[in-house]
Amino acid sequence: MAHAKESFISKYIFSFDHKMIGKQYFTLAMIMGFIGGILAVLIRLQLGFPSQPWPFLENLFPVGMASGIMTPEFYVSLFTMHGTIMVFFLLSLLPVSGFGNFLIPLQIGARDMAFPFLNMLSFWTVVPGAIIIIISFFVEGGAAASGWTAYPPLSAIRSAIPGSGAGQTLWLVGMIFFVASFTMGGLNFVVTILNLRTKGLRLMRMPLTTWAQFVVGILGLLSFPALAAGAILLTFDRSLGTSFFLPAGIFIGDTLMPHEGGTPLLWQHLFWFLGHPEVYIIMLPAMGFTSDVLATFCRRPIFGYRSMVYAIMAIGTLSFLVWGHHMFVSGMSPFLGSLFVVTTLAIAIPSAVKAFNWLFTIAKAKIRFTTAALFALAVVSLFVTGGLTGIFLGTNATDIQLHDTYFVVGHFHFIMAGAGLFGAFAAVYFWYPKMFGRKLNERIGKIHFWITFVAYYAVFFPMHYLGVAGMMRRIYDPNVYEYLQPLQPVNLFITISAFVLFAGQLLFLWNYFVSMRRGETATGNPWDAAGLEWSTPAKPGHGNWEGDIPEVHRWPYDYSRPDRKRDFVGQWES
Amino acid sequence: MTAAVSGAMADRRQVNRLGLLVGLGGITMLFAAFTSAYIVRSGGADWVALELPPILWLNTVLIALSSGTLEAARRAFRAGRLASFRSWSAATAALGTGFLAGQYAGWLQLNEAGVFLQSHPKSSFFFVLTGVHGVHLVAGVIALLALFGLAATGRLVPGRSDAPALTAIYWHFTGGLWLYLLAVLSLLG
Repeated sequence: MAHAKESFISKYIFSFDHKMIGKQYFTLAMIMGFIGGILAVLIRLQLGFPSQPWPFLENLFPVGMASGIMTPEFYVSLFTMHGTIMVFFLLSLLPVSGFGNFLIPLQIGARDMAFPFLNMLSFWTVVPGAIIIIISFFVEGGAAASGWTAYPPLSAIRSAIPGSGAGQTLWLVGMIFFVASFTMGGLNFVVTILNLRTKGLRLMRMPLTTWAQFVVGILGLLSFPALAAGAILLTFDRSLGTSFFLPAGIFIGDTLMPHEGGTPLLWQHLFWFLGHPEVYIIMLPAMGFTSDVLATFCRRPIFGYRSMVYAIMAIGTLSFLVWGHHMFVSGMSPFLGSLFVVTTLAIAIPSAVKAFNWLFTIAKAKIRFTTAALFALAVVSLFVTGGLTGIFLGTNATDIQLHDTYFVVGHFHFIMAGAGLFGAFAAVYFWYPKMFGRKLNERIGKIHFWITFVAYYAVFFPMHYLGVAGMMRRIYDPNVYEYLQPLQPVNLFITISAFVLFAGQLLFLWNYFVSMRRGETATGNPWDAAGLEWSTPAKPGHGNWEGDIPEVHRWPYDYSRPDRKRDFVGQWES
Repeated sequence: MTAAVSGAMADRRQVNRLGLLVGLGGITMLFAAFTSAYIVRSGGADWVALELPPILWLNTVLIALSSGTLEAARRAFRAGRLASFRSWSAATAALGTGFLAGQYAGWLQLNEAGVFLQSHPKSSFFFVLTGVHGVHLVAGVIALLALFGLAATGRLVPGRSDAPALTAIYWHFTGGLWLYLLAVLSLLG
């Protein structure tokens, strides 16, 4: 397609092209993920070697690690910002904003998103949010320190702890930018998918990745406003003397706070009304990627396509009815708690449908073990591990024991963080040729996979034991309790595994950037895949297809048909 | 964007309309969240009733009228009567501004009566809800002024532009939202 010559700025900075915007999100998310990873390494450094001096780190963090020993205040900021950055700025931005923008028009046969300007705007709205989140480390008192969930009163009273001051304010401002951006993105997803599908692409012919992004768009639009409302009320409590979340009788030092009548639980309700759908905003795209990648490399149609679609919808719907399971120990009525147990365990049904469908897709298949396929298989593994531990946490009787222990940390790093991350890796290895016209190096990719997979289990699996043994989440130094001291070798093992895990990701970054220029050149359809996006040229220009947009004649999983010589039939082939 | 890129898109009108409706869904959720917080908080022991400033009723009349004038503007535009469209949309913007000024006057009336944002939970909610609603209405006034400007400079073509119809949907929505908030503030707690 002939298109007007674009300047550097209109092509790379303020681009309207969904693919470039997707890559911009990608770059931002990788930078944020890298920072989030460093924070995790620092957290593990403290837990593996509690309060040991590391004099060289004083140069990097003169306040937080004065004389080389991590202060408790800095530790609290570290896990708060690790969670915030990873949940929102890596695991939401990369699979949803990054891949969603990049893939949706390619998979549905559109030239671009429905609102390209809004798309550009949404990217440039999240950038200041990310910058604000990062610079919050450098204000007086350090970054926010009330956990990624920002529970009041820590988050609502400026003088509560050092991080409650300017750091928490910047956290709120950064999150408001994020919410604004993400809502604009979700709007674009929903409208694009409903209105811009090419001829023949009925909803029930869409790839599961696009189905997931569609439901994610709706989830974002319906759940993030609750966080926005909470953030507005919290800002008022912090700055204008209201008492939405603050009860009477709070002392800071010897000073009685003037607030009265508010309830911190209200924040928990508002936060988790967003927070739980957010888990599926992260999970659903990973499930979509896994389905697309597994079908391609198993050379088999995805098993139970319709049930997969209905499972995505069911998970999306149920995700709005389960937020109370984060609050079993908040003193809620046990009757209400039981209702949340029922809705929570009901999610096991669509989740099991997905897991079994993947297993049936894999069963007896001659799998092509590419790196993408390995990561997709790992998603299934992590999803099952994390899902099973979720049952204990979703049941109030057991959760009361396990709440706020490392069991929870282990659980959500498997199901949400793990499946989300591995799904994103599967997607990167799979669609990289479409992004840059070259393949990632498979040999380095496989080394990256095995390091990541083994180290991931080594880091997070033992955490379940720590949790059952009573080690609490967010603790700065477990050794202050005698009963936790025997667990120190486990913590050391986790820390060393975490360092390996982090180092493995450097391998990925190297592969990612070097392959952009030196990777093996890819054709338009290097994996012999059947999805519509593979009918574009190797590195599609703005507008995606040269000439007319192809018509779609079939679903995207037509592999190994007995009536055809070739083992796949593209959606675009009649 | 090149012509080929935009040319392949489906009916823009349908796309824009759906985009707006989806966006309104997001705003609805924002106020739904506020409402649930309001209901929860109204169960607190420190909740006291608040006598709403009487000017709110006048404001309500203004915003109801503005929906009527905007409807007249939309119809005039559809019929191609641009001059009439301009006057009706200007009248709507004026009524909207009047509403906002009236809301501000309501805040002042409360302050004079010794009720401030942080006085008690209901007053806090009153200022937050009217404030956030006002911000949404300001966006509507800006859209109206932009339409007026476009029409005055001949850049708004009946039959081609969907902007007046979209603005009307948004405006009616914010009007309806005000009625809803008024009901919440006067009937609940």
